[in-house]
Parts: sequence; structure tokens; C-alpha cells
Amino acid sequence: MIPELGQFALILALCLALVQAGLPLAGAALGKREWMALARPAAAGQFVFVAIAFGVLEYAFLNDDFSVLFVAQHSNSALPIFYKFTAAWGGHEGSMLFWITMLAIWTVAVVAGSRSQPQEFASRVLGVLGIVSAGIIAFALFTSNPFTRLAPTPFDGADLNPLLQDPGMIIHPPTLYVGYVGMAVPFAFAVAALLTGKLDKNWAKWTRPWTVMAWVWLTAGITLGSWWSYYELGWGGWWAWDPVENSSFMPWLMATALLHSLAVTERRGIFKSWTVLLALSGFALSLLGTFLTRSPVLVSVHAFAADPARGMFILGLLGLYAGGALLLYALRASKLEAEGGFKDVSRESFLLANNILLVIAAFAVLLGTLYPVFVDALASKKVSVGAPVFDLFFLLPMLPLAVLIGLGMHSTWKITAFGPLARRLAWPAAISLAAGIAIPFALYDKTSLLTSVSSAVGFWVCVTALLDPVSRFVRRHAAPLTRAQLGMCFAHLGVGVFILGVTFVSAFTVEKDVALRAGDRVEIGGYEVHLRDVRPITGPNYTAQEGVFELSRHGKLVTEVESQQRHYTVQQTDMTEAAIDTRIGRDVFIALSKDLGAGAWAVRLQVKPGIRFLWLGSLLMALGGVIAVTDRRYRQPVRAASAAAATSKPTAAGTG
Amino acid sequence: MTPRRQRMLLIGLALAGMAVAVTFMVRAFNENLLYFFSPSQVAAGEAPSRVFRLGGLVVEHSFTQEPGSLTVHFVLTDLAHEMPVTYTGVLPDLFREGQGIVARGALDKSGTFVAEEVVAKHDEKYMPPEVADALKKAQGTVAK
Repeated sequence: MIPELGQFALILALCLALVQAGLPLAGAALGKREWMALARPAAAGQFVFVAIAFGVLEYAFLNDDFSVLFVAQHSNSALPIFYKFTAAWGGHEGSMLFWITMLAIWTVAVVAGSRSQPQEFASRVLGVLGIVSAGIIAFALFTSNPFTRLAPTPFDGADLNPLLQDPGMIIHPPTLYVGYVGMAVPFAFAVAALLTGKLDKNWAKWTRPWTVMAWVWLTAGITLGSWWSYYELGWGGWWAWDPVENSSFMPWLMATALLHSLAVTERRGIFKSWTVLLALSGFALSLLGTFLTRSPVLVSVHAFAADPARGMFILGLLGLYAGGALLLYALRASKLEAEGGFKDVSRESFLLANNILLVIAAFAVLLGTLYPVFVDALASKKVSVGAPVFDLFFLLPMLPLAVLIGLGMHSTWKITAFGPLARRLAWPAAISLAAGIAIPFALYDKTSLLTSVSSAVGFWVCVTALLDPVSRFVRRHAAPLTRAQLGMCFAHLGVGVFILGVTFVSAFTVEKDVALRAGDRVEIGGYEVHLRDVRPITGPNYTAQEGVFELSRHGKLVTEVESQQRHYTVQQTDMTEAAIDTRIGRDVFIALSKDLGAGAWAVRLQVKPGIRFLWLGSLLMALGGVIAVTDRRYRQPVRAASAAAATSKPTAAGTG
Repeated sequence: MTPRRQRMLLIGLALAGMAVAVTFMVRAFNENLLYFFSPSQVAAGEAPSRVFRLGGLVVEHSFTQEPGSLTVHFVLTDLAHEMPVTYTGVLPDLFREGQGIVARGALDKSGTFVAEEVVAKHDEKYMPPEVADALKKAQGTVAK
């Protein structure tokens, strides 16, 4: 009975989403205030029923209700309760419900933040969000219903995929999903602006914090995913240009471009149609990404054909949302007029270059991701695009972009005098270049052209990001940075730290696959690894062999770690639990793998310098976003906005 | 410069940047594309002399481990033809007999496929799509 309640709640949510979509939009078009007034209560009601549906699914998981097909497929009575809870988003159907829940939460937040906006505009935003929500709820109900019953009820469930039985899994997918879904908010704002035919600085000011928040969640989600795959998949890599990774990365690149374009629109009233286009494509890529992650569209064209209903629905939704929004854009974009101009050397032109480079990067990733699908469809050849292609094409636009970060941060709006800019940045440039050449050599006794260039670029971004905060801290009398400026500096510092991390981990990683017997010692990257013992272990739903390793350096014991080779009994699956010894400067990664016979075990050993910097940098970026979004001007009511903008004229640092 | 000319210049620069990116992309694409072949295609002599990807099912009881070393031997099949494979290194967790896998490597002189990398997909029920397709095609030829 209870699962039917969930389904019923979802149907009611669909009805309310349709109300939220239809009446406010029609009301805004016809000027009927009572219709527009329905937007907020409909959104709130939708949230309540979506929450009930999600709660019911969790209830079914926690109570081992295997009469629900989705629960039977993704849970087991022996599964720890923690993972029963997270299993709700461990499969396609549940993750669609999760998507819907996240959208409902964002919508309610938009309702709360829309008080200061004109009713017509707010109703259009909520109407568009209603359309998005209605489409996805219909998709869930008609093709991926998580409440479908299973008869006869099985005695026990098929268990959750062991890869997903991990603490990282509790936070990584939700975080990423919040970010994905959050891109619907700037999308709705952009469509509302096109419908209204008016896009001013206030619009950019309303849209920007939402974009920053969605971007923060995306950043954090991708970072957590990278970290999770690093320790859980047992291969020691942090990024593989896998289609699923790419599908989360493309919206991120678009959102990053959008952030910077919005900065120009908010400050100067230009780049309007470009900003709108980025907001539309950001969400379109998010939608594409969501389905690529959870449905086999891309990974296998054949599975796509195997469930034509699901595939056609996805295509229909994508076509409807992206196509409809682009059509509207084509009809209305010419109405969005620039409110001013700018010179060749100015903050605007640097931000434009930033946008072009980010879009090129996103385009390259998209092409590389979809290329195998095209080749298969047109030439029916199976082909895959290797990581070196992605590395190269990502690096080509990104290195110049990183150089421009430093210049853009220290240039002024409208026009920048080249002389003072060059004088201000001469020392940072010299220091970065010297550090880029000297530091890799000092630490690892070797370097290469690419390593020197990219570490110099990394130092350059760090130094230029720190220049303003540090110099203001030293000269106490200077005006403090605003939160927005401080956030920008943090985020850019994060970019620099990230570049350094990637450079070091790519250039100086040492890897070795070896066969070890208990008692064997092996040297790797200046460390000595000693396999002391391999012993059997029994866990709640698995059995394991545990290798005990001693890690020492120059004859002194550093640490003792355990790595397990697990066998999950229900799914009959083997899993490696790697042992990782983490220090700020490097990780030592040890994974006990298969039994090789004759008492030997396959062991994967890696020493990875700088890998923590890579994640630290990403988290700094996200932190920068959080700081920026708390800026005073986003908390002030709209009418005071123009006055506030006029009084806080940008200094050399300006606002990011 | 008038704003209009300025805009044209920027658009021109953007297009030039795109063109450079695309040119590089096409070149590196061609150098780094990995084509997929099934054991039947290899048997028919279609496989190149350079690195490619080979996929199929691991034949039951074909797996042998050189005791105490990382070198393994197994046979891949698309149910029409078989192909011996050698690999030295750590096998993925999901590797086992009967499982569909994809290996990256090249043929040696004796016609054995020497793998540099062996991939089994994360979901153990999941069959790599290339392998599924190759199996379907091979079954078609056997039926004929």
C-alpha cells in the first residue's frame, strides 16, 4: 500500500507542476495577476508531494520492501543501513526521483529569493521551472517508475553494486546532482528574460548568485567523484575522460563561462545575448549529462534501442527544452541591446577571451565524447577516442586561459592602460617563471618543457590571485576587498593550485605492478614497501583477503597500511579496497589484487606527488564561489542596487 | 576602431581560434583513435599492425596464470573465432572467465594478442557494447 502512496504523490506533483508551468506563464502573457499568483503555492505544493514520494522510496528501502522492483534490484537485507538509504539513488529510476527532488528544492529556494523581483518575471521563471519539472516527472512516471511492484515478491534483494557501497557514494552523486539540476535555474531566468524581452543589469544580478551556487555544487560534485574513483576503483587514476565524467564536466565548463559572462552583464550591461546563450546551453548539457550518466544512451547505442520508450522520451525532452529555448532565442535575442562598449585592452576583452576558450574546451570535450556515436551510426565502426586526444585538446585552450586569468584580474573595466598593467605584473611574471623552472627541478631532479611551462603557469595564477589580498593586508589603510573580490581571488588561487597539482601528478608519478609473496620487499619512488602478511577477513556482506603492508623511507618506518581484496557474496563480485597513505605532498597508493598462485599476490603500487593539490585546488574554487555569493550586494533589495553599484566603483581589483 | 570593426575583429579572432582548435583536433584524433575489432575480424586479416582494441568473451577454462608472476594467458571468443591473449599486469576486479572484456594492445608475430591494458566494465552484468555487437554479428555468420 505504501509504495502506491509514493506513486500517487508523484502523480499529484506532476499535476501541480503542470499548474506551475501553465497558469503563471499564461497569466504573465495575458496580464492576469491571479494566474501569476498561483506560481508560488503550486511550487510549494509540488515540493511537498515530491518530498513525500522520495520519503516513501526511502521507507521502502529501509524496510526491505522487496515487492518494489527497484528495491529488489538495488538492496539486500544484509546491506548496512547506511547503504540502504543511499541505494535510493544507486540506480536509474531512483536517481530520476532524486533529480526531481533536487529540482523541487531549488524551485522552493527560487520562490524564497523572488520576493524582490517583479511578479511577471518571477512567475515566468517559476513557470519555466514547472515545465522542466513536469517533463522529468512524466519521464519518471511513464518510463522509469521507481515504485513499480514485483510479483511474486522475492525472498531477498539482488544487493547494491559493491562499487556503490562506499561513504563517497553518500555524498558524491547528490552533490553532483544538486549542481546539474541547479543549472535549470539560470536556464529559467534566461528563458524568462527572453519572454519578457528585457534583460538588464538587475537580471544579471538576480541570476548570478544562482549560477554561482549551481557551479559550486558542480565543482564539489566533480571533485568528490574524482576522489571517489581514485580510491574506490582501485586503479589510482583521478580522471579518465570517460563519457560519464565528460558529461559532468561539459556543464561545468559552460557554467564557468556563464559566471564570467554574467559578471560583464551585471557590471556593464553588455554580452547579453551571449550570456543567455551560455545559460541555455549550460542546462542543455546538464540534461544531456544527466541522461548519459544514468541511461546507456552513449555507452551503448544498442541498449538505447532496447528500451525505445525511454530513449525517445529523453530525446523528446531534450528537443523540447533545448530546441524551444533556442527558437525563442532566435526570435528574441535581437532585442537584447548592449548598453555600452569597451576597448581592446580591458577587463571585458579578457573575459570575452575566457569565454571563447572555455567554450572551445567544452566543444572539444563534447566532440570527443560523441564522436564514437557518430562513427558507429554513420560508418558502423567501433572506435574510441584515447585520453591523449582529450589531454591535448583540453590543454590547448586552457594554458592560454590560465595566463589570461592573471591579466584579467588586474585589468580595469572599459579600458586598461597597458603600461601600468605590465609594470604591476612584471614581478609576478618573473617569480612564476623562475619558480616554474626551479621547483620541479629542485624537488625531483628533472623537468621537461611542458612541466616547466605548466608549473610556471600554475605559480603565475597563484601569485596574481594572491597579489591583491596580500598587498591590502600588508598596507592596513587600504580598503578591504569585498566578498565578491575575495571569492574571485580564492577561486583563482584554486585554479593555480589545481594546475600545480595536475602538473606534478602527471609528470612525477611512479607506478609499478608487482608480484609479492608475504615477506617480500620492493622499492618504489624512494620508498620501500614490505608485504608483511596476507590474512583472511570476514565482513558483513563480503569475505576478504587483507594484505598488511609496511611503508618505509630511508630505513625508517613511515606507516603500516592494509589493503583488501574483497569478494561480495550476494553479487559474486570481487573488489579491491586500496590502501592509501596520504601526506600533503604525495600519496602512496597500495592495492592488493588477485592471488597469483604459488603464494604470490598481484600488487599495484603508485607514488603520486601533488595529487592532494589537485583536489585542494578544486575545493578552493568551490570555496571561492561560496564566499562570492555571500557578497553584500546580493542581499540588498533590488531598488538599492543601482545606487550601490555606483558608489562601489571598481578599484584595480574590480569584481569577479 | 569603431565598435563595429572591433566586434568584427573579435569574431574573426574567435573563428580563427576555433579553426586552429579543430585542425589540431582532427590531426590528433587520427593519431589516437583506437579501432575495435572482434576475433572474427582479426581472423579475416582486417586488424591493423598498430595498437587496436580487441573484445570478446573470456573462454571458460582458458585462463592460465604463470604461478607467482603477473603474466596471464587466456582466450577471447566472439563464439565464431577465438584469439589467444597474453597480458602482464594487474587484472581488473571484474575479470573472470565467461565475462565480456575489452583489451588494448597489438598482435605479435605468432598471432597472439599482447595486451597493454584489460578493461572489464564496472557493472558486472554489463556487457561492453562492442562485444555485444561483435557477438551478434558472429552469430549471424555462423547461422549462415
